[in-house]
Amino acid sequence: MSAVIENHHDDHHHGPDKGLMRWVLTTNHKDIGTLYLWFSFAMFLTGGCMALVIRAELFQPGLQLVVPEFFNQMTTMHGLIMVFGAVMPAFVGLANWLVPMMIGAPDMALPRMNNYSFWILPFAFSMLLSTLFMEGGAPNFGWTFYAPLSTEYAPPSVTFFIFAVHLMGISSIMGSINVVVTILNLRAPGMRLMDMPLFVWTWLITAYLLIAVMPVLAGVVTMMLMDIHFGTAFFSAGGGGDPVLFQHVFWFFGHPEVYIMILPAFGIVSAIIPTFARKKLFGYDSMVYATASIAFLSFIVWAHHMFTVGMPIAGELYFMYATMLIAVPTGVKVFNWAATMWQGSMTFETPMLFAVAFVILFTIGGLSGLMLSIVPADFQYHDTYFVVAHFHYVLVPGSIFSIMAAAYYWLPKWTGNMYDETLGKTHFWLSFVGVNVTFFPQHFIGLAGMPRRYPDYALQFADWNMVSSVGAFIFGFSQLLFLFIVIKCIMGGKKATDEVWEGAEGLEWTIASPAPYHTFSTPPELPERSMA
Amino acid sequence: MARKESKVGEGQRLKTSLQWLIALAALSSSWQALADWSALNMTKGVTAISREVYDLHMLIFTICVVIGVLVFGVMIWSMLVHRKSLGHEPATFSHSTKLEYAWTIIPIFILIGMAVPATSTLRDMYDASGADIDIEVRGYQWKWQYTYLSDDPTQEVKFISSLLTPPDEYYNRTPKREHYLSDVDNPLVIPINKRVRFLITSNDVIHSWWVPDFAVKKDAIPGFVHEAWAIVEEPGIYRGKCTELCGKDHGFMPIVVKAVEQAEYESWLAMKQQEALQVYETVGKTWTMAELMETGEQVYAQACQSCHQANGQGIPPAFPSLVGQGLAIGPVDAHIDIVVNGKAGSAMQAFAAQLNPAEIAAVVTYERNAWGNNVGDLVQPRAVNALISSEE
Amino acid sequence: MSSDSTYESYYVPHNSPLPIFASLGLFLTVYGGGSLLNEIQSGSGGNFGTTVFALGGLVMAVTLFFWFSKVIEENNAKMYSQQMNKSFVWGMSWFIFSEVMFFAAFFGALFYVRFWVVDWIGETDDVTGGRGPSSMIWPDYVPEWPLLNNPNPEQFPAPAGVIGAWGLPLVNTLLLVASSFTVTLAHHAINNGERKKIVGWLMVTIALGLAFLVCQGVEYYEAYTHYGLTLSSGIFGSTFFMLTGFHGAHVTIGTIMLIVMLGRAMKGHFTKTDCFGFEAAAWYWHFVDVVWLLLFILVYILGT
Ligand code: HEA
Ligand code: HEA
Ligand code: HEC
Ligand code: CUA
Ligand SMILES: [Cu+2]
Repeated sequence: MSAVIENHHDDHHHGPDKGLMRWVLTTNHKDIGTLYLWFSFAMFLTGGCMALVIRAELFQPGLQLVVPEFFNQMTTMHGLIMVFGAVMPAFVGLANWLVPMMIGAPDMALPRMNNYSFWILPFAFSMLLSTLFMEGGAPNFGWTFYAPLSTEYAPPSVTFFIFAVHLMGISSIMGSINVVVTILNLRAPGMRLMDMPLFVWTWLITAYLLIAVMPVLAGVVTMMLMDIHFGTAFFSAGGGGDPVLFQHVFWFFGHPEVYIMILPAFGIVSAIIPTFARKKLFGYDSMVYATASIAFLSFIVWAHHMFTVGMPIAGELYFMYATMLIAVPTGVKVFNWAATMWQGSMTFETPMLFAVAFVILFTIGGLSGLMLSIVPADFQYHDTYFVVAHFHYVLVPGSIFSIMAAAYYWLPKWTGNMYDETLGKTHFWLSFVGVNVTFFPQHFIGLAGMPRRYPDYALQFADWNMVSSVGAFIFGFSQLLFLFIVIKCIMGGKKATDEVWEGAEGLEWTIASPAPYHTFSTPPELPERSMA
Repeated sequence: MARKESKVGEGQRLKTSLQWLIALAALSSSWQALADWSALNMTKGVTAISREVYDLHMLIFTICVVIGVLVFGVMIWSMLVHRKSLGHEPATFSHSTKLEYAWTIIPIFILIGMAVPATSTLRDMYDASGADIDIEVRGYQWKWQYTYLSDDPTQEVKFISSLLTPPDEYYNRTPKREHYLSDVDNPLVIPINKRVRFLITSNDVIHSWWVPDFAVKKDAIPGFVHEAWAIVEEPGIYRGKCTELCGKDHGFMPIVVKAVEQAEYESWLAMKQQEALQVYETVGKTWTMAELMETGEQVYAQACQSCHQANGQGIPPAFPSLVGQGLAIGPVDAHIDIVVNGKAGSAMQAFAAQLNPAEIAAVVTYERNAWGNNVGDLVQPRAVNALISSEE
Repeated sequence: MSSDSTYESYYVPHNSPLPIFASLGLFLTVYGGGSLLNEIQSGSGGNFGTTVFALGGLVMAVTLFFWFSKVIEENNAKMYSQQMNKSFVWGMSWFIFSEVMFFAAFFGALFYVRFWVVDWIGETDDVTGGRGPSSMIWPDYVPEWPLLNNPNPEQFPAPAGVIGAWGLPLVNTLLLVASSFTVTLAHHAINNGERKKIVGWLMVTIALGLAFLVCQGVEYYEAYTHYGLTLSSGIFGSTFFMLTGFHGAHVTIGTIMLIVMLGRAMKGHFTKTDCFGFEAAAWYWHFVDVVWLLLFILVYILGT
């Protein structure tokens, strides 16, 4: 990525500066994309190390490594860092790199604000991580920070946690405004909305979700701040408030948030599968409509996380039915991918391996999600490891695999070099086995009755916890291989052609590899209508 | 519940086929052979509702597995056959309106097939008929308090139920025994075949009261009361857990419910009521220092140790030390007061609701004289009682 | 996309030090603010927090000043194409949308409390309706709105009364609605190129905005002193002050934006085709106005 070389055709623009200041001051979408991606990877390792602390403690019954206070901090920080630090910035980084190249734009629409969005994040996460060293410890109330555990009963560091969330929110909102504006305003002349690649479509919708729900998250943490420091009664029955109010507002943000973490993944997979199946994506239009339906539905299902809070039965039924409906548009996507593969002429390079694994394992996670949406059954599943298994299936072999797939797929375009295919495949198989060994047994642990956020557990859960921990270490350490592959690819390797993949379609494959520092300073001629 | 009977046979068949699937999955993801299948699946439980839930679970699980097998089957088939390396040429189709309609509409019908039994089970759970016994279940950081409600307040039975497993076991100093982390000192006792209503609430943060065998999981929310009910059909001991993150010892506040015959229940209740009466006598009596210290040590271990630690040092700053500083060596009235009334907005609870005046007097005396605090004074239960009743 | 736009000249700024300073400023502000709050809570000083907070605010203010100056400068140097301006228009619209959602969180909280929680807390033994017999815990509580009898009056002493809709709030409504008209008149003046009128109507708008803020100050003063209606007087006070308070903060920001526009108008900026800065401020002002109307109806008229 640092190997991007200056393009001399771009005489009216400057190439990259030298040194550190290039990264601090840059307004270039590719540089900013690179920053986001590295940042996210660093956070992935950080959050992953916390997961390994969790899994190491849970390797056996009994408290061996950490005390419960610290365990809770690990769980909380792991969830927060993975969600806000690893997955979301990775997708924003990909959007930065790819959206302008895919729609033939010279850069993001608001380049200075783009840099601002990124540089807020290191500050926000330094502040969040610094709470680990504060008196009273880091936030210990789960990534969902339910009141009053996170208000009246929280450690003092909660104040900094709240402001860190505000910063992340500001960053995401600005980042998404940039994406929306770029897509709506900077498409190459002649590119209609329904010509856009699906990655661009999914990001357009994701950005819309972000702009709609990040302010709600800001609202709910502001209420917490007021309850803690200014004596308001939002979450306190004694003053006429309600702790459950917190959960409603939080999940109004939280549920769309989980689709924010999966829609761009759908876009990535919809780019990769057609390439390696050498066949057009099946059902482009229905893909777009399905994405939009998922986004719409995501706003009206939030209380499926709260079936046990004692809602009136009408509420429970409504939220159950609405949630179940999401299976329909998601199913459309899964079937479309399968139909794209059907009768194709497939090869299985690393990006394709990750993409196919994504479809299968995400579907497993989706199906367990559907089980969770059935209220009476959720009374038994809720807050057990069955839920943990569900969301790791959609997040790790879901979001994370899609990000890996994207990295392998576009690395040659970014660096000009091919990555090492053998190592890539090794990385894939280790990850694939690791992820399943880690998270599949958690279904059993959960059904057998082990609650989540437990630092220690009864003896009957011991066997599968041990298996799960072993898997976590396999999966975790395989990611160091990924780091190695990426660095190796940046340093050199077989030169990539401009098209890189036989069968790849889209504007980004029409420019040189590595992509010049400035692309499309004048809008490109669109190839004949085949953007889908 | 007659409707459910027909499902049993079906459930049985499903179960056999599912066990095969689970077995396959287990083999592919692990080298460990687990013989006990029940450890892998949801419990069937001991109430009509819990069995309904179990059947529902098996139904939706089977549907999901079938869908999974079909979808993955198609994908795997095409991965094996439609490969470039086998010389397969790509087809050119990219739309099929018929297919797309089909796979939009068929899932809707499948979903309706799941929603119908789910709705009826849920309605059964929300059934509002009157209860035979009302028990208030109150969550504390990190124990449960049970109150058997009665129109006559003097007949009310009330006690705390907390973890029995000693720290030595979870700190791996002694071997872990059966029911590790799943046993309590005072289990909840209920009669079988009676409709028991649980009125669930909390004193501090949100907890959640879950007994898998009853398919009852309800959040305990401070300031609100939520209800759940169960008619247990078989005598036995049923174990559950707190399932909402409630702080440090969230993993250490199990639930144990003992379901017994009606007669046994009645004699147990009578005994509890008798115990409650005896407390009044102990409060009137004048205690010696040795008696206070002995009882105090026990009470401390049971009620205070989880926060202030066995050596009284606490875990500052969350839980203050009681040694050589603060109220424990300060004015005795303030010391009694914080134990009786707690401190609003902190984990320090109002223990008047959990401990009787004699126990409070004992534990205060203990704190003032243990760990080298040697303040030397002693508190009589009478004094504590006076404080409590003067507030009322 | 309209292919008639002048795509070729889309201006991509070169490196800029502004964002990193803005990030730093933002960080210092919240870090200082957080420290300050915690210092107050624990009763220890407050010097560190105040200093960092003030420093952050300063960095932020200076950076924003340079940032906007830079944008105006670039605009005046005709570096922005039609298409670029469209980016700003979209950007501002989506920003306002995000603000709408921020208020939605608080309106949602009000709605939920008002329509459900108040009754749930007082609910007797009703098994199917709401959330169970919570009146077990609060036997003396009377469900009503506005809530003048909090469940736990020791922790949350209830207010003696609340601010009615037809006094100051009505005045404020008139002020803000009027200001929405005057800002539109200023816009017309820009379109007609009437300099004096632009400045005049802007001044009137700003004056109306300031008058609104003064009235709100008076109203808050009365609430605190006469009614005992405070942030900590239970859920009515909480929702009331958070909604009106954040609205007031937005009026303040809007007024500052208008003052900046006034300065620019005096310098001779803004023409019919080039007045995005003004338009953005005006939209913001309209948005603030609409939020107020919602507040007036939901918080004051229906709420008291
Ligand atoms: C990327 C993130 C992501 C995604 C995509 C999803 C997708 C879904 N989730 Fe999940 N979920 C989370 C992340 C995600 N979830 C997280 C993080 C939590 C826990 C939060 C916490 O408490 O910490 C959670 C928790 C959670 C709960 C709460 C559980 C509990 O706490 O008790 C529920 C309940 O309804 C649920 C449901 C669903 C459903 C129905 C979907 C659907 O979108 C799935 C749809 C997909 C399919 C169904 C598969 C493909 C479809 C077909 C092959 C078509 C044919 C199928 C049928 C007709 C059945 N999720
Ligand atoms: C995208 C989100 C995401 C991702 C990717 C992950 C990844 C992982 N998660 Fe996480 N998880 C969540 C989101 C995520 N999780 C959320 C939201 C929760 C809920 C939190 C809550 O309850 O509040 C949760 C909770 C959670 C739990 C339950 C904790 C509890 O209830 O107490 C567990 C337990 O096993 C777990 C495990 C793992 C593991 C093993 C991984 C693995 O995939 C991790 C892989 C490991 C690595 C990537 C480490 C690599 C690093 C090294 C090998 C060291 C190298 C060192 C240097 C270079 C310095 N997670
Ligand atoms: C769930 C945790 C918890 C339990 C159990 C607990 N305490 Fe505390 N205790 C606290 C906390 C937290 C404080 C600090 C309160 C504050 O000042 O904010 C505290 C403060 C105190 C103090 C005052 C210390 C000082 O000098 O200010 C005394 C005395 C005390 N507790 C005694 C007890 C006794 C006796 C018991 C058992 C009967 C007990 N505590 C059980 C959490 C607990
Ligand atoms: Cu109580 Cu968890
Ligand atoms: Cu959800």
